[in-house]
Amino acid sequence: MSRKILILLAMIFGLTQIASAVLPSEVMRDPDQDARARMLYREVRCVVCQNENIAGSSADIAADMRRDIRLHIREGLSDADIRQTLRDRYGDYVLFRPALNPATLALWFLPVTVLIIGGVIFLRLPRKATAVDVAELSAEERARLDKLLEDDNNRSS
Amino acid sequence: MIAELGTFCLGLAFVLCVAQVLLVLAGQFKACRGVERFSEGLSLSAALAAALAFAALLYAFVVSDFSVANVAHNSHTLKPMLYKVSGAWGSHEGSMLLWCVILLSYGALITLFGRGLPESLKHKVLGVQALLGALFAGFTLFSSNPLARIDPAPFEGHSLNPMLQDPALAFHPPLLYLGYVGLSVVFSFAVAALIEGRLDRSWARWVRPWTLAAWVFLTLGIALGSFWAYYELGWGGWWFWDPVENASFMPWLAATALLHSAIVMEKRDALKSWTVFLALLAFTFSMMGAFLVRSGVLTSVHAFAVDPQRGILLLVILFITAGAGFTLYALRAGSLNSGGVFANVSRESALVLNNLLIFVALTTVCLGTLYPLLMEAVTGQAISVGEPYYVLSFVPAMGVAMVLLPFAGLMAWKRGNLKGVWKQLVGAAGLSVLLAIIGLALTRDLTALKGLSLGIGFLLGGWVVFGSVQMLMERTQVFKIPAKDAWKRFKALPLATHGMLLAHIGLGVFVLGAVVETNTRLSAVDNLRIGEQITVAGYQVTLKDVNQVPGPNYDADQAVITVRNAGGQVCEARPERRFYAASSSVTTEVALCFRPVDDLYFVLGEPVMTPEGARWQVRALYHPLARLVFFGPLLMALGGTLSLFDRRLRLGVAAKGKKA
Repeated sequence: MSRKILILLAMIFGLTQIASAVLPSEVMRDPDQDARARMLYREVRCVVCQNENIAGSSADIAADMRRDIRLHIREGLSDADIRQTLRDRYGDYVLFRPALNPATLALWFLPVTVLIIGGVIFLRLPRKATAVDVAELSAEERARLDKLLEDDNNRSS
Repeated sequence: MIAELGTFCLGLAFVLCVAQVLLVLAGQFKACRGVERFSEGLSLSAALAAALAFAALLYAFVVSDFSVANVAHNSHTLKPMLYKVSGAWGSHEGSMLLWCVILLSYGALITLFGRGLPESLKHKVLGVQALLGALFAGFTLFSSNPLARIDPAPFEGHSLNPMLQDPALAFHPPLLYLGYVGLSVVFSFAVAALIEGRLDRSWARWVRPWTLAAWVFLTLGIALGSFWAYYELGWGGWWFWDPVENASFMPWLAATALLHSAIVMEKRDALKSWTVFLALLAFTFSMMGAFLVRSGVLTSVHAFAVDPQRGILLLVILFITAGAGFTLYALRAGSLNSGGVFANVSRESALVLNNLLIFVALTTVCLGTLYPLLMEAVTGQAISVGEPYYVLSFVPAMGVAMVLLPFAGLMAWKRGNLKGVWKQLVGAAGLSVLLAIIGLALTRDLTALKGLSLGIGFLLGGWVVFGSVQMLMERTQVFKIPAKDAWKRFKALPLATHGMLLAHIGLGVFVLGAVVETNTRLSAVDNLRIGEQITVAGYQVTLKDVNQVPGPNYDADQAVITVRNAGGQVCEARPERRFYAASSSVTTEVALCFRPVDDLYFVLGEPVMTPEGARWQVRALYHPLARLVFFGPLLMALGGTLSLFDRRLRLGVAAKGKKA
C-alpha cells in the first residue's frame, strides 16, 4: 500500500523504474541459493519505503540490499548471520519478522497467552454433567416433543 | 448558498441527535414518561438532515464549486463525473460526513425496522445511536466541515490523487463505511441491553441481521480495496498486512466471531456475556480504524494526512464511547447468567473454539498493528511487523479454526457424536488429500518450503469446501433417498443454511486461491525495444508498439502487447502509463489478459533512452488461480446476503410470531 508513496518518492528523486523488482540479471546461478535469497528478500524491509519488502520494491536501495544479501549468501553466511548483519547496519526496523527480545515478548507471546487463558475458561464452562435431571415426560408430552423436534429438524440450521 | 445550507443541515443533524439523547434521558424520569418515543421521529429527521448535507457536498463536487475548500483541494473540472462524485468521500472531511450520514441512516433504519422491538429497548438503542451520531456529527461540523468556504476561490482545483481515480476505489469507501458504521447498531444494542440489564435469546436474534449486513458490506469493501491494490498498483500483491488494511480487517474478524457466538446465544441461551463483549468490541475496532487512518500516526495510501489535533479528538471520542461501553459491561456482565449447558463434544463447544481461535487471530492482527506504534512511542525503538509474523501467528490460529469448521457444521447441539461426524467426513478428508497430491504434482519447481505451504493450503481449502458440500449432502440426504425427495429437502433448507454453506465454501475457495497465488506466481521483466519479447510461464509476450493516447484528464503511453503460447495467439493487451498534468503525477494502468481462473497481466514501465532508440520496461506477471482470491470473498458476501433474507432472521419477526 506504500507504493503510492514510493512512486511519489520515485518521481521526486528520479528513482524512476516504477514497475521493477527482482530483475532477470539478479537471479543466482545455484537454485538453492536463489531460493534462499528470495525467502530473505521477503523478510527484509526496503528502508526508504513505507511498508514494502525488498522483493517487491523498485527503489535503488532495495536493489542494493538485494545485492548485499546475494553477496553474503555467496560468502557462505547463514540466514541468521545475514539477518544479524542487516540488523547491525539498519536496526531492528529492517526485518519484517521482529526479533524475540524482552521488548517484543508481548508481541510474540500474548496471542499464545490469550489462547491458553481462553482454553482454560472454555474447559471450566458449565458442563452437561452438572445439569439438573429433568423429570420423565408423559406419553402425551413425548408425542408433542417428537413432533416439535421433527419440525425443528426440517427447519433448523 | 447551497454549501451554507449543507452546513446548516449538518448542524441540524447534530442538534437533532442531541435532542434525541436528551429525550431518551428525560423519558427515564417519571415526570417526563413517554417523551422518549419522540426519538423515533427525530431519528428519521436527523438522517434526512445529514443526507441533505451530503447532497449539498455532492452538488458542490458535481458542479465543481471551487469556493468550497474541500472541492478545490480534491476535484478538477476535467475529472470524469464518476470521480467528481467519488471525490466527495475521497478526503478526510468528506468521508467523515459520509460516516455521519450512514450512522444516522442506521438510526433511522432502527426506527423503521424495529417495530417489533420492545419499546424501552428500542428507545435506548436509539438514544445510544443518537449519542454516537452527536459525537461524530459534532466532530465533523466543528473540526472537519467539508462544506467550509475558501476565499479567494481558486480558478481550478487540485484534483484527486490519480491513484484513487479508479472505479473500484470509487465504491470502496462507501461499502467499507456501510460495514464499519453498521457495527454501531450492534454496539448500541449491546449498550442498551446492558442498561436494561436484560439480555435474552431474542436479543441475539435482533442483533444478528445488523451484524450480518455490516459483515457483508465489510467483506465486499475489503475485497474491493484489495482488488484495487492488486491491479492498480500493478505489483501483483493483494494483501500487504499494511496497518490500514489491518484496521479494516480487525472489525471484520470481530464481526465474524460475533456472528458465530450470536448463533449459540440465540439457539442455546449460552455465551451471553461473551457475545455482548464482541458486540462492543466490533464497533470499537471500527472507531480505532477511523482514528488510525486519520490521526497521522500511520502513513499509507489509504491514510488521510490530517493534523494530529483532529486525531486526538477522534481518540477522545473513541475513549468516551468504548470506555463507557466497556465500563458498563464490567459492571453488568456478572449479572448475565448463561442458561444452556452443553457437553465437551457439541456444536456449542465447536463454536466456542471457533470464537477463541478467531479472537486469537484478532489479537495477532491487533498486536501487529499497534505494537510498533506503541513501542516507538514508549522506547523510541522502531520495529517492523510484516508477513513473516502473521504467517507464524495469524495463519496457524485461522488454520486450526478451519480444521474445526466442517465438524462444527455437522455436530449436534448439546451433545455431539465425534465418531459419527468423522465417519460422515472421511470422504471429504480423502478428497482433500487427493486434491493436495494432484495439486503438488502439477506444481513446477517444487521446493520443500513451497511444497509444505502449498500442501497445507490444498488440504485446508479442500477440507473446508468438501466438508461444506458433505454437510449439504447430509442435510438433503442426496444419494440416500430418491432424488425427488432430496430436491424437496434442498428447497426446504432455510436460506440461512444455504448462506452459511456458501460463505464457508467461499472461505475454502479463497484459501485455495490465496495459497496457490502466493506460492506459484511468476513474473518476468525486461527493457524491450519494439518487436522484442519476454517469456513468462510458457507465454511469449511481444511488445508490438507504443502509442500516444489522450484521456479525459491525462495523457497516456499505451503499449500494444501480443501474447502467444504453444496454441497460437492468446490475446492482445494494452497497458498504459498515464500522466496527469493537474497533479503532475504518473500512474500505471495494467492490462489484463483474461483467462478463466488465472491472471496474466502486463505493466508498462518507464522508457529508457538508448542510442538505438527507446526501450520500454515491460513487466509480465502470471498469477495462477488469482481469480479465486476475489471470488471467494464474493461467495462469502453472497452467502451472508442469502442468510439475511432468511425469514426467521428478519427483524421483528420473532416478536410478531409471538403475537400470532
